[in-house]
Amino acid sequence: MTQRAAFWRGYRDTSPFVLIIIPYSTLFGVVARDAGLDILQTFSMSVLVIAGASQFTALALLQDNAPVLIALLAALAVNLRMAMYSAALVPHVGHTSLRTRALMAYVMVDQAFAVAVHTYEDNPGMTRPEKVAYYFGCMALICPLWYAFTLLGAIVGTAIPSQFSLDFAVPVCFIALLGPLLRSLPHVLAALVAAVAALAFAWVPWSLGLIIAALCGIVTGAQAELYLRRRADRGLA
Amino acid sequence: MISDATFWTLTILLGIGTYLIRFSFLGLLGRRTLPDWVLLHLKYVGAAVFPALVLPLIVWPEATGGTLDPIRVLAALATLFAGLRFGVVWAIVAGMGTLYILQFLTNQI
Repeated sequence: MTQRAAFWRGYRDTSPFVLIIIPYSTLFGVVARDAGLDILQTFSMSVLVIAGASQFTALALLQDNAPVLIALLAALAVNLRMAMYSAALVPHVGHTSLRTRALMAYVMVDQAFAVAVHTYEDNPGMTRPEKVAYYFGCMALICPLWYAFTLLGAIVGTAIPSQFSLDFAVPVCFIALLGPLLRSLPHVLAALVAAVAALAFAWVPWSLGLIIAALCGIVTGAQAELYLRRRADRGLA
Repeated sequence: MISDATFWTLTILLGIGTYLIRFSFLGLLGRRTLPDWVLLHLKYVGAAVFPALVLPLIVWPEATGGTLDPIRVLAALATLFAGLRFGVVWAIVAGMGTLYILQFLTNQI
């Protein structure tokens, strides 16, 4: 496989996600305008951050008049998962120049990352240059669509009347993203505990209740996994 | 309303912070791996943060002045069910669809 072929293969393999990226980025544009951002602000956020879930998080908290620091911490917490992506990519593309890695980091998005690592693991014979070309092929489809449809959403956004309850699109997006994350019992427990704790700690000032609730959920998930592991070990012994 | 200063401060810091998270291992730490206990907890960040963020928005929505709206609760449940069963796009369709149908049936739109 040449590098060019690897690039286009990545591009094609990522194409089913277009169905998610287009409505999701359009929605971000629309919701951001609805929250009072102008077109330049909406578009800048998508270009500077390119991480939908954290953009929605930041927006929801700003709208709720949370302090900037809290909105920032919550949005960064949502993005922490990408540290795992970054670590997972090192064995495959960590050999490239600093400049290439800097660019790779900028375009690292969930769907494309998932496709790339899956392909690397299924094709151990891929050469390093092929892996790099494949990676950029995956991202080359997703990132431009993310910008373009945020912009489109921002432009058409204000044409949508308020009866359409677009404020509700934000929780809907988060619930939609939650579905695929609930893949084991510890994940479900983490979600339940975090949800209940979010209501219980809603009175805490500066939206710190969110951080407390998330920590409760994370610790619950981790402890549940450890418990299940220990139980499985005992079962074998 | 979100002020310009607030918006740009947050967006620029979030942009830099998110970039550093993405760049972390690939760019700086190389082949060093995270300790196991950190990896264990990182796995549950998404599953914990999203519900914590969403539930107050569903239970006390700003659009209704903070009172519980049964239509929004039902629409949220429809989203969760469709998301678990059919995937992300269908979850969004089911959530907004349920909201609009119920609002239409109760003469709210």
